[in-house]
Amino acid sequence: MSETTTNVLLCGVGGQGVLLASEVLSAAAMLSGRDVKKSEVHGMAQRGGAVTSHVRWGEKVHSPLIETGTADVILSFEPGEALRWSHYLRPGGVILTAKEPIYSVLVSSGAETYPEDVLQRLEERAGRLIPVDALQEVTALGNPRAVNILLLGMLSVFVDIPADHWKEAIQARVPKKTIESNLRAFERGRELAGS
Amino acid sequence: MAKAFLSGNEALAQGVWEGGLHFATGYPGTPSTEILETIAARFPEVECQWAVNEKVAVEVAGGASFGGARAMATMKHVGLNVAADPFFSLSFAGASGGLLIVSADDPGMHSSQNEQDNRYYARAARCPMVEPSSSQEARDFAIQALEISEQFEAPILFRMTTRICHSKGIVETGSRKEVPRKGYKPDPQARVLMPSNARKRHEWALERARKLEEFGNTCSLNRWEKGSSKVGVVTSGVAYNYVKEVLPEASVLKLGLTWPLPWGLIEEFAASVEKLYVVEEGDPLLEKDLKAHGIRCTGKEVIPITGELNPEIVRRGIAPGSARAQAREPAPAPSRPPVLCPGCPHRPVFYWLRRMRKSTSGDIGCYTLGAIPPLSAMDTCICMGASISGLEGLEKGAGPEAASTLAAAIGDSTFIHSGITGLVDMVYNRATGTVLILDNEITAMTGRQEHPATGRDIRGNPAPTVDIPALCKAVGVERVQVVDPYDMQAVRAALKEEMARRELSVIVFRRPCVLKERSRKKSYAVVDPEKCTDCGACLRLGCPAIEHKENHAWVNPLFCYPECSMCVQVCPTKAISKKTDQ
Ligand SMILES: Cc1ncc(C[n+]2csc(CCOP(=O)(O)OP(=O)(O)O)c2C)c(N)n1
Repeated sequence: MSETTTNVLLCGVGGQGVLLASEVLSAAAMLSGRDVKKSEVHGMAQRGGAVTSHVRWGEKVHSPLIETGTADVILSFEPGEALRWSHYLRPGGVILTAKEPIYSVLVSSGAETYPEDVLQRLEERAGRLIPVDALQEVTALGNPRAVNILLLGMLSVFVDIPADHWKEAIQARVPKKTIESNLRAFERGRELAGS
Repeated sequence: MAKAFLSGNEALAQGVWEGGLHFATGYPGTPSTEILETIAARFPEVECQWAVNEKVAVEVAGGASFGGARAMATMKHVGLNVAADPFFSLSFAGASGGLLIVSADDPGMHSSQNEQDNRYYARAARCPMVEPSSSQEARDFAIQALEISEQFEAPILFRMTTRICHSKGIVETGSRKEVPRKGYKPDPQARVLMPSNARKRHEWALERARKLEEFGNTCSLNRWEKGSSKVGVVTSGVAYNYVKEVLPEASVLKLGLTWPLPWGLIEEFAASVEKLYVVEEGDPLLEKDLKAHGIRCTGKEVIPITGELNPEIVRRGIAPGSARAQAREPAPAPSRPPVLCPGCPHRPVFYWLRRMRKSTSGDIGCYTLGAIPPLSAMDTCICMGASISGLEGLEKGAGPEAASTLAAAIGDSTFIHSGITGLVDMVYNRATGTVLILDNEITAMTGRQEHPATGRDIRGNPAPTVDIPALCKAVGVERVQVVDPYDMQAVRAALKEEMARRELSVIVFRRPCVLKERSRKKSYAVVDPEKCTDCGACLRLGCPAIEHKENHAWVNPLFCYPECSMCVQVCPTKAISKKTDQ
């Protein structure tokens, strides 16, 4: 089905807003009239563990899971997480990622080392890599919690979902007071991805 | 018909609501929890409640069905082990109002202590089983299952799996059909399961299975999708989706009523294709039944028994060589094990036990993460409740000296679920251990559900409250104290004293889960790099907000929990302080 199906894998760390992002993405895809499936796993930790979500849309979608080697885009909130799931990317696929690493307790306690060349490794595996200083960008826009929407703005440049549907989906799902700042973050994301 | 984007759990809730369900109960457990939560949040017509545990849930739902109501009990796969006793007997006794027993299995163990295939239970208890493959089917099948249950007077084992429960898809929904309650009609010959009655009921249950087999041959839950006659696949549950993805041209027999099996339909299907596969997640149940029936097929020769299936595994198994893309090897990436949240009140207990070179007889909940480095203070975790009884047994097996190096660590919800009986056993059998009840006033691990000691019911209304310390005293524990885990020195002192004593005692560590009552304060810990000697004391807390930078600790202000000051308290050079933003 992947000829007509778009596959996006979202990943990050628990508490970063990955699941809200995948809700917004699914809603926008559904508004644009597609069949949509979304899958995620609630792991053991409420905060701080690895989180992924698969979102697929097209004419008819069966599997809720993306097959390895077929993701069109990996949308990542943390570069090490993008690396963990990079085998899902199709040849020539796009990785959009926040640059800031988040060290696990194992890295902090010295039991493991964090690959400092993570962006370079991602570059080798991606058709195209766009890393951004996501936290810095959204903090400048006045909403440090809007990293997820900034990243969706970037994603919107690479997938076929009309702008109105994105906006509607965002407005319906972020806290009311933050709609303005989130929409700004979305626009900024679009600029950063070069629209 | 309206359209909604629903998870399998939400869709199942939608389905039973449409199907006229009157009553729902269950005990939380990933991946089943949101079924009841959805009913509580969206469907006021359905009376709904959290049960103390799964055995109680199934008994209460069974009683509701005897009383003539449409009823449901929900649980995760291991919950059905706890409820197995009433489940087996209810199958013989039979249902009056439609009765669904929902088991949500967790292949791949995303959030479970074992991997078990609960489809065995249907066969063992002679209880019909229904398995949806998608959110839409979770809704549709739930409505039909309630009807089938009443038609055949059978409880229905409604089996979900993690991927069905937690994936979302577009669902066409309808409105509720009010079904009148049948009222209570006693039927002691069916329901008083003493041997003379039960023997007859066993025969009755077998006869019911024969009728259901007939029914399955034509029932819409089982679907023959005609395709190529070269390859046919018998499949059920989530595996169906992967089959459609990797072999879109194959003929498929998709089973939704998966026990008893519709042999007429299966024989006809098998005869219509040249090569037959059975693709099922978990154990080779369909496959073995087909083979025992004399049908040649390929199953676990090409599909693994363990773990969760996914499209690439199914492709490798039944359509090798068809891969569109060269599958790549995963890149080595830093591991990110689950951790206790910043500010988690469970942390000090494990921190001190580790420092004191003690450990725990553990249990299941967020606090199981106390087993993971750097806390590393748990020796066992078997099943809910086993911390207390296991410690008692350790004392019997290895003597009080060995047992005194461990304390039993159990959460409040787990204590109510199945810890109380173990504690009574300790008192009765003169055990001397220390029991730590980690009371964060919620069932945290499964996403924060109320329970009998929180003072609220599933809909958030005030409810009668079990007083845990008073209960411990009432069953005969003389030494019971309550400690605030945010007071690091108090935690240490209490642990030291009670673990040194050869006498049964309970320490209740009480402080709400950080996700239960989110603090509005904007306060976070700041490390003064000048004063920080890089000694690592704060890092031993294993708090994900604390990172190590070059030669000092650093606290991520976005993750730090405002009310918590554990790192401030353990820093020997006073390099950490809390800063409050206005
Ligand atoms: C028989 C059984 N039912 C349900 C579960 C799912 N489950 C795991 S831990 C837990 C309860 C956790 O609550 P609590 O004991 O209060 O500890 P907390 O997570 O709040 O620290 C539940 C419901 C299970 N593992 N086994």
